Amino acid sequence: MKAIFKPHETFRDDFSFCNSGQAIRRFPLPFPEDEYMYSVNIEPHVSGPKGSVVEFAFDVDEHYVAECRERELVLAAEPLRFQALPHMLSAQWDCLELIMESLARDYPAHFSLAKLGNRWHWINRPLGLDQQFIFGDVDTLPRQPLDYIGRQAQGDFVVMDQRENDLWTEAGVVTTQADWSLDFDMGMTFKEWHGPVPLAHEMQVFDRALKYLLNLRLGQPVRRLNWTMTIHPRLDTSPENYPKWGPDRTTVTAQNAGDLVHLRVELQGLWRLPRSNAIVFGIRCYLISMRELATVPKWARRVHRVLKNLHPALVDYKGLTRYRDAVVEWLAPYDDGTPTTPGTAPE
Amino acid sequence: MNDAQTLAVEVTAIEQVTPLIKHFKLGSADGGALPAFSGGSHIIVVMRGALRMHRNPYSLLSSPRDLDHYEIGVRRMEESRGGSHFMHDRVHVGSRLEIAHPVNLFGLDKIARKHVLIAGGIGITPFLAQIEDLHGAAVPYELHYSVRSPEHAAFLSRLREREGERLKMYYDSEGQAIDFDGLLSNQPLGTHVYVCGPAGLIDRVVATAKACGWPGSHIHWEQFSAPPVGDAFEVFLARAKLTVHVPPDQSLLESIEAAGVEVPYLCRGGVCGFCQTRVLELDGELVHNDHFLSDADKAQGKNIMPCVSRARCKHLVLDL
Repeated sequence: MKAIFKPHETFRDDFSFCNSGQAIRRFPLPFPEDEYMYSVNIEPHVSGPKGSVVEFAFDVDEHYVAECRERELVLAAEPLRFQALPHMLSAQWDCLELIMESLARDYPAHFSLAKLGNRWHWINRPLGLDQQFIFGDVDTLPRQPLDYIGRQAQGDFVVMDQRENDLWTEAGVVTTQADWSLDFDMGMTFKEWHGPVPLAHEMQVFDRALKYLLNLRLGQPVRRLNWTMTIHPRLDTSPENYPKWGPDRTTVTAQNAGDLVHLRVELQGLWRLPRSNAIVFGIRCYLISMRELATVPKWARRVHRVLKNLHPALVDYKGLTRYRDAVVEWLAPYDDGTPTTPGTAPE
Repeated sequence: MNDAQTLAVEVTAIEQVTPLIKHFKLGSADGGALPAFSGGSHIIVVMRGALRMHRNPYSLLSSPRDLDHYEIGVRRMEESRGGSHFMHDRVHVGSRLEIAHPVNLFGLDKIARKHVLIAGGIGITPFLAQIEDLHGAAVPYELHYSVRSPEHAAFLSRLREREGERLKMYYDSEGQAIDFDGLLSNQPLGTHVYVCGPAGLIDRVVATAKACGWPGSHIHWEQFSAPPVGDAFEVFLARAKLTVHVPPDQSLLESIEAAGVEVPYLCRGGVCGFCQTRVLELDGELVHNDHFLSDADKAQGKNIMPCVSRARCKHLVLDL
């Protein structure tokens, strides 16, 4: 996507965030069918269609500058949104390398990286940054490596150490999360971290996912989509700030749902990291209002059907209980019962 | 993995370091840097012989900080099925080889308070890379290296120079043996032990550590089994609808691959469990040679690791 940045849009207060027509067309709809249930829906993170959100390893879109600014605001107010245990330093450098190399390779107009041995020179034009540093020497960067690069990428990053046949959440930068807390989950194993998810444990989803991830290979990243819904285009829906955003759920009606309620899709990518043998889990959040979504007739029909028939445990877990019916009612006029074509393409 | 993801490398140096071990230096065929890795990683070397293909795992022994080259040590196996002989006899400086990206199934525990590394013979190779990671770090470690006789002590001068007092040598020829009880009964809490070498050494270390009360999570070992030879047998692949003949000196995995069916794998040595395959029908018995399945799983006979395991049977159907 040729990103023309919209640096002034906001994800708080006046919520001026919106999607351009182009951003709507490339939105990663997570529903290939008219009904939804969990699956281990992991696929290789290989380059997808030109212009799609999976064309490159890390998608940079029109919201890049605004999202980076939003992240700065969250980190300034709550520094513990970035954390890294001491033994994760080499994994932090691995992450910095992965993100810098990917961005410079995929978006040469916006980013560049020059290396002379361990002497690196990084330029981020959209954010106006120019940094020379020594790879591996923390004192040559203004912040810890993951903190530094995390502020220059859209989406959250969680870094998991691999030992004892498990994955341990031991570093991360997390400011655009769907109601979970890095501070709370630090040090947890893979299944502890996913403890609150209903049904999936019984379906052995996490046994299989963990086994798969323990064998994740260098150079062969994987991805999946996950989703929930959020009132207003609010990126930072953290448990710590629940009083700020939780009550928004009570304001939804069948009249205002089109503008208030957003489908929140996470493009999750998992990479094996070379020097640390850790795994970085990228969680990139895409938001779209129901009114924007309804500009694509197939998507309006499909999301209407998915929400209408969603398993009650998932309605509850995803926090939709209070307003699901209002959204279904708002979408109903867009669903004339015509069958949808398979897959997620707009039509 | 599959071969689409291999890297092309060129052999840049070969040295006979003991009567049985050759040391190979590999550089990227295009002259660029090789992928970064962590100590304890192995690569699969793909060898395309005239009659058949070998894919053998070898630990990387070079420094993880030097990405201009990878280094491996290859011991000539007396009962080789061909892989180590291929490397010793057919590979020269300038030979092109294919390798898979490094995989680490034998990583150092990052929160260990101390590391005790125990090597037997060619089992020294993963530790050579790991000590490069350990060297500047604050965590104490010691290295115990046991070999048949001084002439079999591969990479000793490099180790002596680097490790000094931390290295303890044991020569069978001089009646020296590791005092496993003494070593493992007196380590500080939080110590991890790592062992790589012959099966007998691994068994001793694991059994002694367990008897001393070490938690299983603090005992690490790696042994790549070469696929053992066995009787020929036939297997039917249910999904491919294909009968495959497995000759005595070829593994089940190799035979399936030779028939054109891809099986996902990582280590090809019975360690990782990645190639685990469901057994649908069996008239006879499975010969499990892997280190992945539990004894109970092996007795059940519902799954097999085709990289090292075989069957003595009249009839075998796999879910492939």
